[in-house]
Amino acid sequence: MQTIGILGAGKLGITLAQIATKAGYQVLIASSKDPQAITLTIEVLAPTAQAVTSATAIAKSDVLILAMPLSHYKQVNRQAVKGKIIIDAMNYWWEVDGNRPELLDKTISTSELVQAYFKESIVIKALNHMGYHDLADESLLSDTANPLKKAIAIAGNQRKSINVVKKIIQAFGFDTVVLATLHDGIRLQPGTPAFGANVAEAELRAMIATTIPGEFQLGQHN
Amino acid sequence: MTKVQFGLDTFGDIPRDLIINEQPDYPQAIRQVVKEAKLAEAVGVDIIALGEHHRFDYAISSPEVVLAAIASVTNKITLGSAVTVLSSDDPVRVFERFATVDALANGRAQVMLGRGSFTESFPLFGYDLADYDQLFEEKVNLFSELLKEKETTWTGQLRPALSGANIFPKTQHGLSTWIGVGGSPESIIRAARYELPVMLAVISGTPKRFAPYIELAKQAAAKFQTQPQPIGIHSHGVIATDQAQAETVAWYSIKAMMDQLGRERGWSAMSKAQFDREIKTGSMYVGTPQTVAKKIAKVIKTLNLARFDLVYGAGNQSITEREATIRLYGEEVIPLVKEMLAE
Ligand SMILES: NC(=O)c1ccc[n+]([C@@H]2O[C@H](COP(=O)([O-])OP(=O)(O)OC[C@H]3O[C@@H](n4cnc5c(N)ncnc54)[C@H](OP(=O)(O)O)[C@@H]3O)[C@@H](O)[C@H]2O)c1
Repeated sequence: MQTIGILGAGKLGITLAQIATKAGYQVLIASSKDPQAITLTIEVLAPTAQAVTSATAIAKSDVLILAMPLSHYKQVNRQAVKGKIIIDAMNYWWEVDGNRPELLDKTISTSELVQAYFKESIVIKALNHMGYHDLADESLLSDTANPLKKAIAIAGNQRKSINVVKKIIQAFGFDTVVLATLHDGIRLQPGTPAFGANVAEAELRAMIATTIPGEFQLGQHN
Repeated sequence: MTKVQFGLDTFGDIPRDLIINEQPDYPQAIRQVVKEAKLAEAVGVDIIALGEHHRFDYAISSPEVVLAAIASVTNKITLGSAVTVLSSDDPVRVFERFATVDALANGRAQVMLGRGSFTESFPLFGYDLADYDQLFEEKVNLFSELLKEKETTWTGQLRPALSGANIFPKTQHGLSTWIGVGGSPESIIRAARYELPVMLAVISGTPKRFAPYIELAKQAAAKFQTQPQPIGIHSHGVIATDQAQAETVAWYSIKAMMDQLGRERGWSAMSKAQFDREIKTGSMYVGTPQTVAKKIAKVIKTLNLARFDLVYGAGNQSITEREATIRLYGEEVIPLVKEMLAE
């Protein structure tokens, strides 16, 4: 059995913990604070997941999911993640991350910035485009799921790691659509047709194909 | 089952009739809400709750001022906010204003503290979004002290300390206070700690997914040894005598509004399939009184709710459409739901 570490115990992190435990993974989840702060929440909402420190979540996991505000990724000790696969589920959200011009550059995928920081890990972008309540409702492991299986897009540079992530997402109860490079992750970012998509594989593929990088509308900062 | 309360909520969206040459008539839109609150009371709705926003699409930025006007033309209905953005306001001021409304309304005022689903009030009032969590935490903490209506001594990091401060006016029977929550479990735990009832904003998806949150509230109360508090939800809806008519109205109003908000956040628009699913099994209460009542009764039973608020008039519905929802909600839906719950 693989162990999944989740950094971020908010709306997305907890939802993924629920799904991952249902899928049979061992789950270690952490916020930036003392695990005490989230124990009760985890006990009730994802009872078989374990609330731990972020150091433990990193050290003891086979795959690490980043489910925290994008502007916080440099708070993670990159030495400790060396050699691991990182699933980057983060998006630039100005209300949370502030006005960050470097994250607004429409020619760079934010996951490439994350990869540049985690030099010695393999960053795969996935689980970023579907809202947390849709993830909860639509996973085939959930009793509210639609008969029509929904798809999650994955973008990355390394076949082997993509396949690992693909297996996890399939185990989570979703189909997958694989994009050839991490750079292509740009087609999944806020402002693209795929952002927010809660659709089946063929439709997601079509949305991604019609996206012209650089021409989509990013979330406004007003 | 304890008595369930039924509310109507609005943010003061601009009725279509009041947009002339693309210019919203904000003053008239506010007076319309006062009229609607009167209607709500007349048809037997328990609570009218107004949201605070600082955006072009909503006329209400000072809910309690509007509530004060409503206070003078009603005498039964509870006058609430949904929500008051406490993070970017001053707790002492909020208390003073609502205590004043409470006086004018003979004890009918109710404040709902929240962080707001928008953040436009932060730059407007000079608050830093980086302090989002801490601002709310500290201010709820202070507010809960003020609710005791005694001399308050308090220190925090983001607001000047109080030393033996006495706040006026005092209320007759205490100020009714709720906490409005989006999807954050932390907020549920916080509310339990302060022994305050919780209103969940359930805007999309199957409401059943909130069942664990309700369990969380219970367990948190046990942990803090506080009294378990009532829990309510608020969701969008349109009621009409004809199902197709209600759906048409919801499509051009609620869906359009959600798409507008989505665009600002980079979300793609809601598809027809999603829209239909929200109506069928999700969180939009759209249709005839019978359809809507069934759906409300079901969610109240599933989640064991003490309160259900329908957000009416979202987007640019006409005055006639808004008033039809209010009338049908009070005259038909609420009695039907009560019957269904009694069964
Ligand atoms: N909400 C969604 O539907 C959704 C869907 C897809 C992707 N996403 C993305 O997922 C990320 C999280 O979103 P959310 O909605 O779940 O936000 P959220 O509810 O605010 O949760 C963020 C979590 O991250 C934790 N955190 C912050 N800094 C951290 C650090 N250095 N190490 C470990 N944990 C840290 C926070 O806890 P502390 O502050 O206590 O540490 C909190 O538990 C964002 O990048 C978002 O764009 C969200």
